[in-house]
Amino acid sequence: MAWSREQMSARAARELRDGFYVNLGIGIPTLVANYIPEGMSVVLQSENGMLGMGPFPYEGQEDADLINAGKQTITELPMSSYFSSADSFAMIRGGHIDLSVLGAMEVDEKGDLANWMVPGKVVKGMGGAMDLVAGVKRVVVVMEHTSKDGSAKFRPSCSLPLTGANVVDLLITDLAVFSRSDRHAPFRLIELATGVTLEEVKAKTTASFQIAL
Amino acid sequence: MSLPTGRKVYPDARAALKGIARDGIMVMSGGFGLSGLPENLIEALRDSGVKGLTCVSNNAGVDEFGLGMLLKTRQIRKMISSYVGENKEFERQYLAGELELEFNPQGTLAERCRAGGAGILGFFTRTGAGTLVAEGKEQRVVNGETYVFETGLVADLALVKAWRGDTEGNLVYRKTARNFNPNMATAARVTIAEVEELVEPGVLDPDNIHTPGIYVQRIIQGRDYIKKIENRTVRKRPAGQEA
Repeated sequence: MAWSREQMSARAARELRDGFYVNLGIGIPTLVANYIPEGMSVVLQSENGMLGMGPFPYEGQEDADLINAGKQTITELPMSSYFSSADSFAMIRGGHIDLSVLGAMEVDEKGDLANWMVPGKVVKGMGGAMDLVAGVKRVVVVMEHTSKDGSAKFRPSCSLPLTGANVVDLLITDLAVFSRSDRHAPFRLIELATGVTLEEVKAKTTASFQIAL
Repeated sequence: MSLPTGRKVYPDARAALKGIARDGIMVMSGGFGLSGLPENLIEALRDSGVKGLTCVSNNAGVDEFGLGMLLKTRQIRKMISSYVGENKEFERQYLAGELELEFNPQGTLAERCRAGGAGILGFFTRTGAGTLVAEGKEQRVVNGETYVFETGLVADLALVKAWRGDTEGNLVYRKTARNFNPNMATAARVTIAEVEELVEPGVLDPDNIHTPGIYVQRIIQGRDYIKKIENRTVRKRPAGQEA
């Protein structure tokens, strides 16, 4: 038994705090918005130029001029604001965003993150990910613990081109949660997903980590 | 009703590009995904037949829309972009070595436009430090942090799309269709804007102009907007609240 995408998102949502400005990446991180605790005020930033992202529109109310970073149609809220791409990334690089949740292909024990290309195979680009990891105060990564062929994605060293070096603060997988107190500290295993054993996590991880269950 | 006229106003996209679109120039194109794309101008650039273009755009459109149209006709030699995942033809041309590609982090791309337009040679940023993006670039370590030097960009031509504009070139964007448009508008020798509604001076509130007219050399009233939606996502109406 491992966590579903929804359970991973719900776990990431536990990192939110009242008053936070948050940027959610594409994929599983987008789902985190569904688990913001009732009564908590969290402002979602969309890097294409919006603060205060609202939910998906009702059918018939989609607006081509109102999309999120994943190019999905969204809505505005009474407190929303719009700005240019340069302003958006000034916000991001300037350390004004409290938390970013991103997906990953690989994370390593030094906190390096790889999520933008597979040489010779996948050419998509980094989008805003390199800016986010360089400037956001706290970076949370959500990813499957192993790749489709079963190999470890939390490794001693990333094999893919990096998105950022020493940038990950918290790693949530479908099997476990690893955190570190600062960017000089080693990762510690702090939680196991429901029904997952320490032995399973050890067997499917090649990165070194401390155990703090 | 006749359209507003003025020294910056051109009858259509084709006329606005005349004498400016040439082989081998660098062209910035506003938009994020398919939102805020200068649809009329991109189509006219395709129809002009110019080749060997370097295009600066966050994305490359999709196969049949936006800059994807110019990729299909092989008019683009090089792209400077941050994310091209939606365009299969792009990926195919790149992997086949037919297209040059320079990936810029999205914030670096936006800031390069801003800097270029503001007369700033370049800037040091933490973005990309320790990655492929930093290779071959000047780097500086300050207080233990590594910064990468990125240069400002000035293009030959910027194509931007706004919601409303006046005959003096003052522009107002709508919602997230703003994105790169105001930054690119400042960063080219010639900027052409297309707008959904062209108005006389005095109609737009001077306190709420996003791009002051000084940055815009030519402007057209756009037409036949498709405003394609890439990922249509909706939610269910609560019971009893049907439209």
